[in-house]
Amino acid sequence: MNKKLKLLVGSMIMALAGASQADINVGVTLSATGPAASLGIPEKNTFALMPTSIGGQKINYIVLDDASDTTTAVKNARKLLSEDKVDVLVGSTITPNSLAMIDVAAEAETPMISMAASARIVDTANPKVRWVFKTPQNDIQMSTAIVEHMLNNKVQTVAFIGFSDAYGEGWYQEFSKIAEARKLKIVANERYNRADTSVTGQALKVMSAKPDAVLVAGSGTPAALPQKTLKEKGYKGAYYQTHGVANMDFLRVCGKDCEGTFLPAGPVLVAGQLPDGNPIKKVAMDYTTKYEATHGKGTTSTFGAHAWDAGILLQNAIPTALKKAQPGTKEFRAALRDALEGLKNVTVSHGIVNMSAQDHLGFDQRARVMVEVKAGGWKLVQ
Amino acid sequence: MDIQIALLLAQDGIVNGAIYALLALALVLVFAVTRVIFIPQGEFLAFGALTLASFQAAKVPGTLWLLIGMGIAISIIELASSSRLRGGRRRLTFALGWNLAYPAVLAAIVLLAKPGDWPLVLQVVLALALVVPLGPMIYRLVYQPLASASVLVLLIVSVAVHLALVGLGLLFFGAEGSRTPAFSEASFSLGDVTITGQTLWVIGASLLLIVGLYLFFERSLWGKALRATAINRVGAQLMGISTTQAGKLCFLLAAAIGAMSGILVAPITTIYYDTGFLVGLKGFVAAIVGGMVSYPLAAAGAILVGLLESFSSFWASAFKEVIVFTLIIPVLLWRSMTTRHVEEEEE
Repeated sequence: MNKKLKLLVGSMIMALAGASQADINVGVTLSATGPAASLGIPEKNTFALMPTSIGGQKINYIVLDDASDTTTAVKNARKLLSEDKVDVLVGSTITPNSLAMIDVAAEAETPMISMAASARIVDTANPKVRWVFKTPQNDIQMSTAIVEHMLNNKVQTVAFIGFSDAYGEGWYQEFSKIAEARKLKIVANERYNRADTSVTGQALKVMSAKPDAVLVAGSGTPAALPQKTLKEKGYKGAYYQTHGVANMDFLRVCGKDCEGTFLPAGPVLVAGQLPDGNPIKKVAMDYTTKYEATHGKGTTSTFGAHAWDAGILLQNAIPTALKKAQPGTKEFRAALRDALEGLKNVTVSHGIVNMSAQDHLGFDQRARVMVEVKAGGWKLVQ
Repeated sequence: MDIQIALLLAQDGIVNGAIYALLALALVLVFAVTRVIFIPQGEFLAFGALTLASFQAAKVPGTLWLLIGMGIAISIIELASSSRLRGGRRRLTFALGWNLAYPAVLAAIVLLAKPGDWPLVLQVVLALALVVPLGPMIYRLVYQPLASASVLVLLIVSVAVHLALVGLGLLFFGAEGSRTPAFSEASFSLGDVTITGQTLWVIGASLLLIVGLYLFFERSLWGKALRATAINRVGAQLMGISTTQAGKLCFLLAAAIGAMSGILVAPITTIYYDTGFLVGLKGFVAAIVGGMVSYPLAAAGAILVGLLESFSSFWASAFKEVIVFTLIIPVLLWRSMTTRHVEEEEE
C-alpha cells in the first residue's frame, strides 16, 4: 500500500514537472502501415533510439502513423501542431504526404524535415519551402550515378521498367533527361504495379528491344519481380536497380537472380566497407551498431537512416536555437529554422550536409556510392 | 510481335487465369450459398502462401495466433449459448474440440516439431491445416449472426473483415513479400517456348480442383445440400438442410481454394500481405462475367482476364489495370440488357 502510494505521488510529481518545464516537442508522422510500410517501420524504430535530451533540454518525440495516406498525414501534422504544440515536424515517409504537409508547416511557421525523396519537396520555386528541409538524396543525384556507371561500362542502349506511380514516373523523368544529355539511348519504357503478380509481358517487350542494360525503378521487394522474370526468360545484359531496394528483404526475395546487380545508394548501406578516412563511416557505423543492437544483425536499412539523419540535423541546430529563444514559442521555431538553414559541414549517415537558403538538402557527391550485389550482400564499387 | 512472344504471353495469361479462376469459383460458391460477396477471399491466398513461407524461414506464422484467438472467441460464444439449446452438450463438446483442442494440437506441432526442416509436401499440408479452418471460423464469428441480413449489409461486413485481415496480415508477416521454392524445378521445351514445371503444377492443380468441385456438387450429398441452399434457402431449410452448416461448409471450401491457390502461385511471384486483394479483385471481375452464378462462365471469364492482362502488359503496360477493370463495364451492360432484373426478396 505504502509502495503504491509512493509510486502514485512520484508519477504525479513527474507529470507536473513535465508540464511546467518547457520541453522540446518533436512531432513525427510517418508511414508505418500501408504501401510504404517497409520504409516507415525502420524509421519508426529509429526514433526510439534517438537521444532524449539535446543541449540539456528534454526532447519528446511524438510519433504518429499516417498509413501512407496523404489526408491522414495532413491531419496528423495539424494535430501535432495544435494539440502537442510541437517545435518541429518530422515527416512524412513518402513524397505525396510530405508535399501536402508543406502548407501546414508554413502556415504554422514551424520547421519541417521530410524523409521523402523527391526534389520537389525542397524546390525553392515555392516560397513556403522556406520552412521545409529533407534528408534523403534527390533522385537526380542517384540517376547521375547510374548513368555515369553505365557509360563507364560501355552501355549504349538501356531499357527502363518502373512502378506505374510517382516513384517510377519521377525516376523516368530524371533518368531520361540525363540519359539524353549523355547520349545514352532509352529503347524501351515499361511500367508495372507494385502488386502485380506477373510482368512477363513487359519483360518480353524489353527483351525484344535488345538493350545493353535494364534499369528497374521500383522500391522494396516488388522491384525483384521484373529482374527475376527477365533472368527466367534468359536476358543476359546488365541489371541496374535504384536505391529504393536497399534493404535485406530485397536480397532475400531476389536471391541468386540479383547477383551482379548495380545500384546507387547512400553510403550507410555499406558503412563497414567505406575507407577509414571517410568521415561518414563513423556516423554511419554508429547508427548501424545502435540499430542492430536492438533489432538484430543485418536489419539496418537506408530508410531508417534518413530518420536518423533528421535527428542529427536537430541535434546540431537545437543548441543554436536555444540561445535565441525558449522552446514552445514562435521565436524558437523561427530560430530553429534559421539554425537548420545555417548548418555547415554536418556529417550524417548518408553524407555531409551544407545547407543554404537555396539548398535545403545540402548533399554533394559524397552522399552516394555505387553498390553491387555480391554473394547475397552489398559490395561497395570502388 | 512474333509467334514466340504470343505463345509466351498466352502461357503467362493462362497460368494467371487459372489462379483467378479458382478465386472466381470460390466467390461464386460463397455468394450462391450465403449471399455474401466475399471480399476477403484474396486474403486466404496471401495467408496460405505467407504461412508456408514462414515455415521455410523457420518462423512461427502469425496465422497460428489468429486461429487460437478466433477459437477461444467462438468457444466463449458457444459456451454462452449452449445452455439454451437442445442437445447443447454434444454440440458444445464438438465445438470445443474444433475450436480449442485442434488449434492447441497445431500450436504444439508448429512450436515443437520445427516444420522448417520438413519436406515441402508436409509443410503445405500443415499450412493448409492452419489457414483453412479460419474460413468456417470467420463464418461462425461474423456472418452466422447476420445470416438473414441484406446483401448490402453482408457486403459492408465483408469490407470490414477484409480490412481487419489485411491489417492482421501486416502485423503477422511484415510489409515485405516472400517467395517459396518451386514444387518442381523441371522445365520442358516445346519448340521455342519453355514451360516450367511450376506452370504445369498450377494449371494441373487448378483443373483438378475444378473437377473435384464438380464431382462434389454433382455426386455427394453435402454438395447437393449446398446446391439446394443456393437455389432456395427456405426450401432447403424445410427439407432439413441446416443453412448454418451449409454456410460453414462453403466457407471451408472457399478458404481451402484460396489457401491452395496462394501456395500454388507463391513460387511464381512474390506474395505480400496485401497481394490477395488485387488478385481476388480480378477473380471478382471473372465472377461478374459469370453473373456471380455460373461456374463455367466464371472460369472462362478468369482465363479471359488472365489473357487480357498478359497481352495488355505487353502492348500498353501503363494501362494494364485500366484495361482489365474496364472489362467489367461492357459485361455489366450486356448482362443488364439480357437478363431481367429481379428485386431481392424482402424477408
